[in-house]
Amino acid sequence: MTGGGLPLSAVPPHTTRRRGTAGGRRRGTRLPLGLFSLAGALALWALAAHLADDATVPTPLDVAAFMVREAASGELFLHLGITLARVAAAFTLSMLIGTGVGLLMGQNRTADRGLDPWLILLINLPALVLIVLCYIWIGLTEAAAITAVALNKIPNVVITLREGARALDPGLSEMARVYRFSRARRVRDVILPQLQPYLAAASRSGLALIWKIVLVVELIGRSNGVGFQIHLYFQFFDVTAILGYALAFVAVMLAIEYALVQPLEKRVSRWRIRPA
Amino acid sequence: MLRDLAFSLEPGSFTCLIGPSGSGKTTTLRILLGLDTDFVGSVALPGHDARIAAVFQEPRLLPWRTVEQNVRLALPDGVTPDLDGLFDALGLSDVRDNFPGELSLGLARRVALARAFAIDPDVLLLDEPFVSLDEATAQRLRGLLETLWLKRGVTVLMVTHNLREAARLADRLVLMAGQPAHIVGEEEIDLARGARDRDAVEARLNRIMQRHPETVRI
Repeated sequence: MTGGGLPLSAVPPHTTRRRGTAGGRRRGTRLPLGLFSLAGALALWALAAHLADDATVPTPLDVAAFMVREAASGELFLHLGITLARVAAAFTLSMLIGTGVGLLMGQNRTADRGLDPWLILLINLPALVLIVLCYIWIGLTEAAAITAVALNKIPNVVITLREGARALDPGLSEMARVYRFSRARRVRDVILPQLQPYLAAASRSGLALIWKIVLVVELIGRSNGVGFQIHLYFQFFDVTAILGYALAFVAVMLAIEYALVQPLEKRVSRWRIRPA
Repeated sequence: MLRDLAFSLEPGSFTCLIGPSGSGKTTTLRILLGLDTDFVGSVALPGHDARIAAVFQEPRLLPWRTVEQNVRLALPDGVTPDLDGLFDALGLSDVRDNFPGELSLGLARRVALARAFAIDPDVLLLDEPFVSLDEATAQRLRGLLETLWLKRGVTVLMVTHNLREAARLADRLVLMAGQPAHIVGEEEIDLARGARDRDAVEARLNRIMQRHPETVRI
């Protein structure tokens, strides 16, 4: 934020609000630029498809037409919804478990040393191996699919939140003790705000990683979802359909990012004067 | 680090704990606050649920809460202080909706003082609350602390290595020194509060210095 270079001590009380609107304007100018570059990419794609002149390189219009058709028949939303539900389940599960274990490891030396080898093992195990093992041991079920995805994500959450727990400010915890903060107050007003950047980092990278793994899980052992559809159309070499499903889900993830994650992040970090 | 350390505080009195760096002053405060439990001995607090407030060396405010929220969060159930008056007395009325990151160190220190006074404590412990402030600001804050103390009758223990500050504010000085640290002397400052001008304080300090040349230097 080099634009808002007011000297801090001279800033009157309503600074936060003023900075807020300045930030809004800035975002406004960034959006058209993003749209321009998106349009450029589409144009490039259209040109490439035209030059290739091959069924395996569809034009953007072909893909869009497929998506409309698929949406009209209801197929698209069915599979999107199922995949999204799996993403949500695996995401929630891995964030909960990963946060718990990460905090434990960050605060407790014994737990850290005891669990560290497991963490290293789990994070280095290829996603495919975990998926296959889960399907074999648990069966070709929904539970196995979600367990497999969560197991792939948990170590990342653990590592991020462990750093967060290590970075907790002991000075603030002492202050909370001296002033006899209740447990709820301690968690809500002292601990969680300090973990917020770590939680945000873990969820961001989490969503992206999880939906990619969910697709693999669906491809291997489920009979619905975006991954299953891609598998199906792969057998027909139908790139239009493959791209249609992939882009539809990317659009869903973008919507989540812009409509949910970013506004939430902005809300909880409005106390920050400048981005870290 | 500490040995044979024993002292008691008269209710409503203002005591300063003086000593060179590393003589265990902060550790003593941490023991009193229950933050350091690695010691042998006992701490007797006035009454079962005596309210203790602390002002640390750093303000220790929650950066994600506004000035007012920081003060309100520390309030025990049922305590409803006159926050308007308190913020007014400390010159914080204009910044109560600001976040701590937007405040100067001097203002942040005042918020820490406001938080300590807001809970209407029985005992107030301060750990060098005015270091690294410019002298004019420090002087103003000392005046505010004295006013609030006089008004509320709280028992104050302040750690400092600034002798002039101690002689200006305290009823009694407790001098610590040595390795392991112990109490090497106690001095009453029996000057009337109205009569603590520069010369009177200097003369008093000189007498103390002569009695404890190894501990007290100005």
